Amino acid sequence: MIEYQNIFTQTQVQGPPEWGLDDSGELARDRGDKAGFSTIVGFLGNAQLGPAFIGWTGMVAIATGCLALNIIGLNMLAQVGWSIPEFIRQLFWLALEPPSPEYGLSMPPLHDGGWYMIASMFLLVSVMCWWLRAYLLAMHHGMGKHVAWAFGAALWLFLVLGLFRPLLMGSWSEMVPYGIFPHLDWTAAFSIRYGNLYYNPFHALSIVFLYGSVLLFAMHGATILAVTRFGGDRELEQIVDRGTASERAALFWRWTMGFNATMEGIHRWAWWFAVLCPITGGIGILLTGTVVDNWYLWAVEHNFAPQYDGEYGHEAFTVGGE
Amino acid sequence: MIGDWFWKWSKENPKNIYGPGILIGAIGGAVFVGAMIVTWGQPYETTTQQTGPRGTAMGVVKFTSDIEAGNPSVASYAETIAAAAASEAEVVDSPVSDELTRAMREWTGIPTLFSAREDSYQNTVASMMIGMTQAINSEWDGHVGDTGVNCYTCHRGEAVPSGIWFQVHPAVEVMEGWGAVQNRVTAVSQFTSLPSDALPKLLVEDGRITVHDLDPRVANEPGDPTWQDTERTFSLMNYFSNSLNTNCTFCHNSRAFYDTAEVTPQWATASIGIQMVRELNVDYLSALDGILPEERLGPILGDTPKAACMTCHKGYQKPIADQDLQSVDMVSGWSEIGAE
Repeated sequence: MIEYQNIFTQTQVQGPPEWGLDDSGELARDRGDKAGFSTIVGFLGNAQLGPAFIGWTGMVAIATGCLALNIIGLNMLAQVGWSIPEFIRQLFWLALEPPSPEYGLSMPPLHDGGWYMIASMFLLVSVMCWWLRAYLLAMHHGMGKHVAWAFGAALWLFLVLGLFRPLLMGSWSEMVPYGIFPHLDWTAAFSIRYGNLYYNPFHALSIVFLYGSVLLFAMHGATILAVTRFGGDRELEQIVDRGTASERAALFWRWTMGFNATMEGIHRWAWWFAVLCPITGGIGILLTGTVVDNWYLWAVEHNFAPQYDGEYGHEAFTVGGE
Repeated sequence: MIGDWFWKWSKENPKNIYGPGILIGAIGGAVFVGAMIVTWGQPYETTTQQTGPRGTAMGVVKFTSDIEAGNPSVASYAETIAAAAASEAEVVDSPVSDELTRAMREWTGIPTLFSAREDSYQNTVASMMIGMTQAINSEWDGHVGDTGVNCYTCHRGEAVPSGIWFQVHPAVEVMEGWGAVQNRVTAVSQFTSLPSDALPKLLVEDGRITVHDLDPRVANEPGDPTWQDTERTFSLMNYFSNSLNTNCTFCHNSRAFYDTAEVTPQWATASIGIQMVRELNVDYLSALDGILPEERLGPILGDTPKAACMTCHKGYQKPIADQDLQSVDMVSGWSEIGAE
């Protein structure tokens, strides 16, 4: 049994490709013709690779996404004089920056944010098509649209950062740079500019749901692995036909903390925690600079930034000082 | 050497020796490391200098070994004083006394300063720098205190002081505006992707360093600070931090950087320092244009060398001070450069 108890799947099933679940295993054979097996992919999950359904939404999303990524990359390459070694050496420092503030909501010159706006437009089309793809695929499969709405929650934050807030602020220069270190510089500067984002309650909620998601995922993953020996990994069956695996898992958590989720409910907990992370975060960003301009002073006003008594400066705390 | 009975017994009684071996090895290793730390001490021990009220995480953390090593410049400075006192070399056309001129030769590492050897641009620069030193000691005691400065504070025995800086604008040649001033590994950005124009904009020109709104809600007006201004200030503050080998909480309570009710006395000292550096760069160092030879000018724009925190402090809270932060007096006995 030790082969199964590993993050890498050491026992792989490879045979005729699965096309869809009916008795023949050929349900959706007519939907595509590319399906194979990869041993490397099999280490991480199902060894079957394909078929992938691209569709027009996928085609547009991939094409515009590639365009956006290439515009960003070629701008970075131009910034280092088209030198590949310099591109690699300075990659984490390089960025395609948003326009300078003086251009407001107008289209800036190409070398001062123009390329940035073009890349952003392609990126917008790309992620929107990808969202539509998630929605349409779920529809084709007769599924709920949970994946699309969850991805939509991430897009909400993306759109707040790149579209809604810049529009409200009246300047495209409020958008986030496309670069590894530079987007972190933006994050730090954004927080400090508006008086410390840690005092933004929606930022706090976002962190709650971020860390909460991590905790829930660890608890749920651990619970299911722990009751796999009783068939607990067949979660769908356990939801409608509760067996000893569910009973034991429920009893474990009830004894541990007096409360337990259900086999179905735990997935709703996880879904809501995950989507609330970007939803609350997006609200926090949208309010910053538009409604609230200094979150620390806002916290003082609302009596949750405590005042500390004591001296400032190291002289007060050294021996012989004060 | 080992009898056959051993191999026979081993074959008949197979045991997993690796599991217990790894376990005992790991426990034994941990005990060994623990014993070494207890008996020999923690090699990376740190000392925290508290700088604000308890509960605010205000402190400057340093390696204890670094603090104990002290500042080698204290001893080096004493050597220059002794060498100058022992020197009887000739002084020609110096605007100051022979004793001070000989000390200046030691401090700047230019033995030919005001000598009969040749008429060098260095003599001209030295005369201008004497004026600058006098100005610092007499007008900027709010920053340099009674300690004062002399040539050695920056030069440390070298003709060209370390920690000077030059303009690199534009950092990114093919871009303009906000994209042109940053995202390049430069010395003035302290090798970060932060803006490279923080020093010229804020320590030569009098650009606005403060970037906050002082009310929870304000009416946004054109000309208000942008997050880009904040990032430039962040770049400057990172330079301050590296120049003094301290962190944000040496001066600020980082929960509210702007709040002057929550800053340390060092914040005030630094604020005066900002004004001082602007004056030095504009009034004295820019005036070196046309006097310094080309090889002493900026490699990109050919600008004159400029000063800032690092030029004097060189990674220490006080430029030349012992472990207890007692500074070496740089002006007593040198009335010609001291406070007027």
